[in-house]
Amino acid sequence: MSQTITQKILARAAGVDHVEPGEIVMCDVDLAMGNDITAPVAIARFRELGVSRVWDPSKIALVPSHFVPAKDIASAGLMTTMREFAREQEIEHFFELGRGGIEHILLPEQALALPGMVIIGADSHSCTYGGIGAFSTGVGSTDLAAVLATGRIWLRVPESVKFVYEGRPGPWVIGKDLILHVISVVGDDGCAYQAMEHTGPALQHLSQDSRFTLTNMAIEGGAKSGIIPPDDVTLAYVKSRQEASGRHGHFDVYESDPGAAYAGVHEVDVSALEPQIAVPSLPSKSQPVSTVERVPVDQVFIGSCTNAKIEDLRIAAHILRGRRADPRVRLMVIPATQEIWLQANEEGLLQVFAEAGATVSTPTCGACLGGHMGVLGPGEVCVSTSNRNYVGRMGHREAKVYLANPAVAAATAIFGRVAHPDEVGVAPLDLDVVPA
Amino acid sequence: MTDVLIEGTAHVYGDNVDTDVIIPARYLTSTEAEELAKHCMEDLDPEFCERCNHGDVIVAGRNFGSGSSREHAPIAIKGSGIACIVAESFARIFYRNSINVGLPIVECPGVTADAEPGDTFRVDLDAGRVENVTRGRTYEATAMPEFMRGILDAGGLMPWVKRQMDDGGEVRVTVAANEPAQADWRLD
Repeated sequence: MSQTITQKILARAAGVDHVEPGEIVMCDVDLAMGNDITAPVAIARFRELGVSRVWDPSKIALVPSHFVPAKDIASAGLMTTMREFAREQEIEHFFELGRGGIEHILLPEQALALPGMVIIGADSHSCTYGGIGAFSTGVGSTDLAAVLATGRIWLRVPESVKFVYEGRPGPWVIGKDLILHVISVVGDDGCAYQAMEHTGPALQHLSQDSRFTLTNMAIEGGAKSGIIPPDDVTLAYVKSRQEASGRHGHFDVYESDPGAAYAGVHEVDVSALEPQIAVPSLPSKSQPVSTVERVPVDQVFIGSCTNAKIEDLRIAAHILRGRRADPRVRLMVIPATQEIWLQANEEGLLQVFAEAGATVSTPTCGACLGGHMGVLGPGEVCVSTSNRNYVGRMGHREAKVYLANPAVAAATAIFGRVAHPDEVGVAPLDLDVVPA
Repeated sequence: MTDVLIEGTAHVYGDNVDTDVIIPARYLTSTEAEELAKHCMEDLDPEFCERCNHGDVIVAGRNFGSGSSREHAPIAIKGSGIACIVAESFARIFYRNSINVGLPIVECPGVTADAEPGDTFRVDLDAGRVENVTRGRTYEATAMPEFMRGILDAGGLMPWVKRQMDDGGEVRVTVAANEPAQADWRLD
């Protein structure tokens, strides 16, 4: 019987040939992840079980990311809990400050997240790993604790919704714009309990960095997971990451059968899309930048698991090179991982940002969730490359957040108000992975 | 054990109540229910903590608990004394988290239609029935799958897993692994 890529991965992990949407299956987990907010609670729950050892220390990644560098004594304590647990349990993949970054970009970069895996992360943006063809979903701390003890998790096999992208992305349009548009179409819970499967000829033009943004924001459409069947771009990325990291874990490449069943199919002509911006206070309130009021902004944030990869930083630097942020705007650039920070430094991008009047920080989720390092005050307005513009998300409940891609964010920083990248007067950066 | 019959005063909210407003990130350096409860719903309903009494219920619209996977959200709600959440629909991570921490949660389409803050609600978990006593309206809830009910009745996932482990032999996190497909299970 025909199956989707999601069914095939879950069937393999459940040790059967075939699973159906709606079925409850017990899956072996290939990689489990916790961060400094979720892991300490999971560790406490794990202790309650009275189990002395985790099921497999080599399949666990612990990544301090949200409150790093420790913002106060309490957050230092959270990281101490993780650090001591990692030592006690001989968990090698504990990523200390200065050697890690934001988990959702870090784990594929370090070749720990691989195609075909079942990945369970105690963070809602764990759906990001679907960008390389893994089944990956977010859970809470107690579910993670059960996985730490047993290596298994119960999952309801999701129905899949197929998104077929046609055409070629226009100037300044990247994965962020595709997913913001899709969320505006399906709604904030439009894909609840479902897997979003991204396909179609337009994807061949998107870099792996751009694809991670497509799957990263599955959760903002209510989905359980997002997935892109691996192609040559993905496999080249995985191979390069395996070589760079020296980790050569086995992986399997799956694809959906032609006759697989979908709960819905949406076609998107990406050539008709312009850069999108989500106005406060829901991601589904996305619309073309040209249609949005040019509101003045107080802060521009280029960072987060959504848009702080090297491609994102290259786009922002391309616009900001030789220009300065408006004096009324605080511009913050936070690369997603240490390796991306180093790469950006080598390419001179950090210099461009600093000369534009930006502050450039060590990798952290901080500002995205109003945790630290750029919290918004009452009534402040921020254009952010992150994934959530909920009330109070980045600070005070009366602050307002707009979501956009790094080109829109950089242009906004220059003008001090919401801006379209075309207004800057610089030729778009060619990001197409297919030569023109 | 979870009470089968719950009756309480309702706090009523709309759609898309996300976990950032349930418990803002600035309080996530704590993992204690009592501390988290002091800030529950702070960015949506700043007077919630003053108003909330032990045994009250939350009645809400679609996509309750959307966003972040922070388990601190159901922990804060449970710590506030809320006996049950009834919503038109839930975000899936929040749904799992609530069951896992032993917070009763009921999906009930239509429940917000004429609900007003302060209404008395009665929830029968076994019968899958929700009643707005004040308005004289009864609603059919989506039935909770038996094995999830088992987790809830055990007091959450950890006591439930522990019981399975104490029963000896291999750890079986669920007994429902081979149950037939039930596409209407809206739970994960």
